[in-house]
Amino acid sequence: MHMNLVKRGALVLAAAGIALGTVAYASGASAATRSTTARTGLSPLKVALVAPSATNDLAFTQSMYNALEVLKGTENLTISVSANEYVVSQAADIIEEYAHEGYNLIIAHGSQYGSIIEALAPKFPKVSFAWGTAGSTFGFKNVFAYEANSNEGGYVQGYMAALLSKSKVLGICGPIATGDAKLYVDGFTAGAKAAAAASKFKVTAHTAYTGSFSDDSDMATCAKSFVSDGADVLTGSSQSVVGAIGVAKSDNKLWFGTQWVQSSLAPHNVVASQVYNWAPVLTQMFTAIRGGTLGDATYVIGLGNGGEKINFNKGYNLAPAVKTEAEKLIAQITAGDITVPQ
Amino acid sequence: MSHFFTYAILTATVATALGLATPFLLAALGETIGQRSGVINLGVDGIMLLSAFATYYTALQTGNLFFAILVGMGVGVVMGVVTAFISVTLKAEQGISGIGIYLFGLGFSDLLFIKLVGTPLPISSLNPINIPLLDRIPAVGNMFFKQTILVYLAFLLVPVVTFMLNRTTFGMKIRASGENPAAADSVGVNVARIRWQAVLIGCTLAGLAGASLLLFDGIFQENLTQSEGFIAVALVYFGAWRPTGVMGGSVLYGLAIAVVLSWKSLGIIPLSASDLAATAPAVITVLALLTVARRFRQPAALGKPYERGG
Amino acid sequence: MSRASSLVADTWKDRRRFLLSWFALPFSLVAALLLGAVMMLALGANPITGYNALIVGAFDGSYALGSTAVEAAPLLLVAVGICVAFRANVFNIGGEGQLAMGGLASSATALALPHLPSIALIPLVLLAGAAGGALWGAIPGAFKAYFNVNEILSTIMLNLVAVQVMNWLLAGPMVDKTQNSTYGLIPETRLLPKASWLPIIVPNTQLHLGVLIAVVVAVGVWVLLYRTSFGFRVQAVGLSRDASKYAGMPVKRTMTLAMTISGAMCGLGGALLVFGSISHRMVTDGSLTGFTGSDGFNGIVVALFGALNPLWSIISAFLFGGLIVGGDALQVATGVPADMVTALEGLVVVFVVSLEYMRRRSRATSLGPPGRSRGRPPQVAEPVPPLVAAGERSDP
Repeated sequence: MHMNLVKRGALVLAAAGIALGTVAYASGASAATRSTTARTGLSPLKVALVAPSATNDLAFTQSMYNALEVLKGTENLTISVSANEYVVSQAADIIEEYAHEGYNLIIAHGSQYGSIIEALAPKFPKVSFAWGTAGSTFGFKNVFAYEANSNEGGYVQGYMAALLSKSKVLGICGPIATGDAKLYVDGFTAGAKAAAAASKFKVTAHTAYTGSFSDDSDMATCAKSFVSDGADVLTGSSQSVVGAIGVAKSDNKLWFGTQWVQSSLAPHNVVASQVYNWAPVLTQMFTAIRGGTLGDATYVIGLGNGGEKINFNKGYNLAPAVKTEAEKLIAQITAGDITVPQ
Repeated sequence: MSHFFTYAILTATVATALGLATPFLLAALGETIGQRSGVINLGVDGIMLLSAFATYYTALQTGNLFFAILVGMGVGVVMGVVTAFISVTLKAEQGISGIGIYLFGLGFSDLLFIKLVGTPLPISSLNPINIPLLDRIPAVGNMFFKQTILVYLAFLLVPVVTFMLNRTTFGMKIRASGENPAAADSVGVNVARIRWQAVLIGCTLAGLAGASLLLFDGIFQENLTQSEGFIAVALVYFGAWRPTGVMGGSVLYGLAIAVVLSWKSLGIIPLSASDLAATAPAVITVLALLTVARRFRQPAALGKPYERGG
Repeated sequence: MSRASSLVADTWKDRRRFLLSWFALPFSLVAALLLGAVMMLALGANPITGYNALIVGAFDGSYALGSTAVEAAPLLLVAVGICVAFRANVFNIGGEGQLAMGGLASSATALALPHLPSIALIPLVLLAGAAGGALWGAIPGAFKAYFNVNEILSTIMLNLVAVQVMNWLLAGPMVDKTQNSTYGLIPETRLLPKASWLPIIVPNTQLHLGVLIAVVVAVGVWVLLYRTSFGFRVQAVGLSRDASKYAGMPVKRTMTLAMTISGAMCGLGGALLVFGSISHRMVTDGSLTGFTGSDGFNGIVVALFGALNPLWSIISAFLFGGLIVGGDALQVATGVPADMVTALEGLVVVFVVSLEYMRRRSRATSLGPPGRSRGRPPQVAEPVPPLVAAGERSDP
């Protein structure tokens, strides 16, 4: 009786293990190695990226991760990535660990990491910390700050949204009212109002913040309630927007994205996405670090300096008049003719 | 506030509430069956996560939603075998083994998600099925009869499970195993086998719940359920181990969530209070439970493994 | 069976009983790690590289050991709380909420008393943390004792309430208004007064006073459970509620107190999370586990692996702290996400409770003659909670 049970138990365990293994193996995944050394030319730099969501989140983290990957070779970087670190205290441990191991630059890619940088920068004066999206370097000489004037692209997209909307009701789902998320939401709303004023119609822009950077289903429910209130154009910010995009797709509403190209998530419903390109900012940082300056600078990406671009989705048939209007706006913002309210 | 009481918003809120309630209802019905037979399963959340991922992955690869739902249910069956083996055959401490399954499901589902899904794309949702004639009824039609098939299935299961538990021999055996397994054993009921079957059914329904949640959200993410499985277990207590009570609890919970979210989006709940408002469903449940708890008793043998001749 | 062979059989059973009871726990860990290796292989990662990175990241060098100890401290406190509750047969699944409440209470205290010196402020904030958690444990405890509300339900619901209250407070009334407000406010408190920061006791590491405090508290609770009459009552109530009542023990009060103490431990853990943190603020990201990092659940695993004994839990906490710390190193080295550790924890729990059955069976076997009647005492109204009944483990 006894023996049989033990044997049975062991067999079940073994079977479970083999089953698990076969299932996963059959899907043929392979692990990607995270660190590679590149060609020489420039002095090598050890860079660490700590981010609150996955590197393939099609939003916030992906924009920074991609920029780093693009620059890896030309800038002779060794990159280490710790993604999905949304528990702030654990992110703190990891950042301190990287600093302890003598990384040259640690990118704390999340506004929630600010307090960590504020506490650690003075303890590791030889390490350069980069914090975004944010505007403050805390006055430390080894902290870079970087931010995205997402309100600029938001303005353009809000303008387009108001023009494209048939019901003249828009839905904006934000995560937490901070950082580039808040900027984007404010810019989008301002753009929508500007379009309404210029073309003399009324537009309602519903805004809500879900209270979390990471909760997809909160975003989905937010989008659903806006749709039920008549919104036919939706937008939002942060890595949790995939939930809202799903709603746009299934309810056949239009979507404007930010932070990364989100066309693939809803190929016929995404009108455009504001794309962040951090590469120029990163290059400036690397040059500074190699030159001995470890911080004390704030970098901003915007429509004017190539850090932000509006990517029009080819899968969506955008009315030429609207597109022209948008391009006009982009040119005006780039030239500094319009200041987008914050 | 008056904005909320418009026809469109009210009906939409109730309709959303029913959709939100469905995963709770399915999981809670399954848990009810298991608990009536004497087995408590705290791993429901983990099972839901695993099945939600399986549903998502299958839908991504094949594009066939019904096949994906079947796969999700299949995962529920597999986890049901594991749970039953641990709880019934090995007679392990049920509450704790459930937590183990929860942790495993939480970690493993996300592990697979990160490694196997390159770019997380939303999948298409189930199309709502409008019930002819009934959907024309003013107000009620929009609220109840324009849901997806899983919603209808969940609510239809309520009378089915009630009937099964109260009017069939199988149901009687289940109840006997949960109330007085020694007596049931003495009249020839194979308590272990009945519990196995009850747990299997329960976990299959949990798998279906995970699939339905995934289809509602349209995409998978880490900890998709956000403790919904635990709430489903709580709803079983709330519903006094009766399917109708469980249904009432699920709908109440779904309504609380839907109303809060609707008010948040409409600005009725200011941004500053939105977190507090989110506690409403949980608080309501606890308060309701305080009133219910006195009057109903749990199955006498709940959580106690049955040992023959002991 | 001949006499000789039955003797051999009995000896083998005794040896097996010994083996099972002492090696069941390590075996669970090993089995889980083996399954983990299978998972890594299937995902294309090298388990040897992975586990090597994990061990190095967690235990290699004083810095790593310090990080592991720091991670382990709140785990240990939660586990100690779980020991008390589970021994009273009350399933405290509310660790998450109690951690949050403890964190809030201690942060609020520190912010309210910024000018006190360390010697007064630190004990005060720790006490406040314990008080906050105690409240959050007392509520479900009283509900169960006096209103017969199932504690699994109430603790889970209170978890959800606590997290949202925390989110509200940290983004609203307790938020740091001195932040650069152009970009909105992150849900975090002001910088906590320096006098409240737990001092680092080993230079060049992260190891702070909280680790010592946690160990001392664990020992204290062991004394409470096994050397005081209160502890005796707790265990008695856990073994048989009815028998204890008939013996005249204040069952309801004991249960409530046990849950209160359990909550207090978790609350203290929450205070440690805040005041031992690197950023010296209480901060979250809005998600369910943004502040706690799931320590409320991890602590349950630690307690189980420590056989529900506060002293064994010290070792168990250190082990699991290492697993969590090493998990990040594993992720960086192999690309296997740190969720692997959560899955491993689940497997450990499942194996531990599954093996428990065999331990019980083998113990019962050695008590009586072979055959169906195992010589077990008649079934009492309340079952003997199997883990609690592991008598040989309660007094190391």
